[in-house]
Amino acid sequence: MKQLFLILAIFLLPLAANAVNPGEILKDPVLEKRARAISKGLRCVVCQNQSIDDSDAQLARDLRVLVREQLVAGDSDQAVVDYVVSRYGDFVLLRPPVKAATLVLWFGPVVIALIGAMGLVLFFRRQKRYAAEINKEVGE
Amino acid sequence: MNRLMYYVPLVLLGILAVYFSAGLGRNPATLESVLINQQVPEFSLPPIEGSSKGIAKVDLKDQVVLVNIFGSWCKACWIEHPFLIDLKEKGVVPVYGINWRESNRQAGPRWLKKFGDPYTLIGDDPKSKGAIAFGVSGAPETFFVNKHGIIRYKHMGPITEQNWNDTLKPILEVLRKE
Repeated sequence: MKQLFLILAIFLLPLAANAVNPGEILKDPVLEKRARAISKGLRCVVCQNQSIDDSDAQLARDLRVLVREQLVAGDSDQAVVDYVVSRYGDFVLLRPPVKAATLVLWFGPVVIALIGAMGLVLFFRRQKRYAAEINKEVGE
Repeated sequence: MNRLMYYVPLVLLGILAVYFSAGLGRNPATLESVLINQQVPEFSLPPIEGSSKGIAKVDLKDQVVLVNIFGSWCKACWIEHPFLIDLKEKGVVPVYGINWRESNRQAGPRWLKKFGDPYTLIGDDPKSKGAIAFGVSGAPETFFVNKHGIIRYKHMGPITEQNWNDTLKPILEVLRKE
């Protein structure tokens, strides 16, 4: 029984779902780790809601290889990301940068939540005043 | 005043409806290129098999050219191919090719032999080096480069007689004057 449970448990193990082929992996584990981190933040432009780390698309694979080649050549993480952005635009960044054009995207929800909170405060304050007025009338 | 407040949600709904319905009409697969009005990226690709010259940035100098990303595996490229041949035969504009990601060295040359070669020069791009330099996301894509080496327009998808006459030819004429 215990064995059966263990066997079933193995099937439930979450398997790492990434598309990196064994042949692409760099020998240097530090560089590979950096490459993985960069790849996770870059959008695959073919299958747009996946990162190049997740995607099986050919172009994503070629981009992963390019990222690794540039790291091996000594580029910084930022330089690698900047190169890809210079070709594909901010769109490839899964985390859009904060700048004038994206202010609404980043802070719009906060502003709307604040407006909602303000509305709630006003509503309850009015209720309270109303209740107080009624109490006063009843009391008289 | 207070009564008007009741219409605020309705107005907001109206604004959102307009905003989202405008978004529905947009095709997310059409990406605006960041390379528009930028210099052609540095690139250098080897020749395809059976040819002696590849293609690099310097080859595009001092002329209005099209740079076309294609592959024999790409069905839409088959569709535009006869039109590119037509452009070549009529001497309309030189078209430079980037032969993207063929599964083997023979596939591209064989395809061109069979259907004709519309390109002035062709670079072989099995590892997407050229495609990534141009920010390509799919084939075919065609870049319009003016004689100062500036990318002025990017067309995604096949060039057809219709989109050529409607959109692309007028653009080419503007570039000729630059």
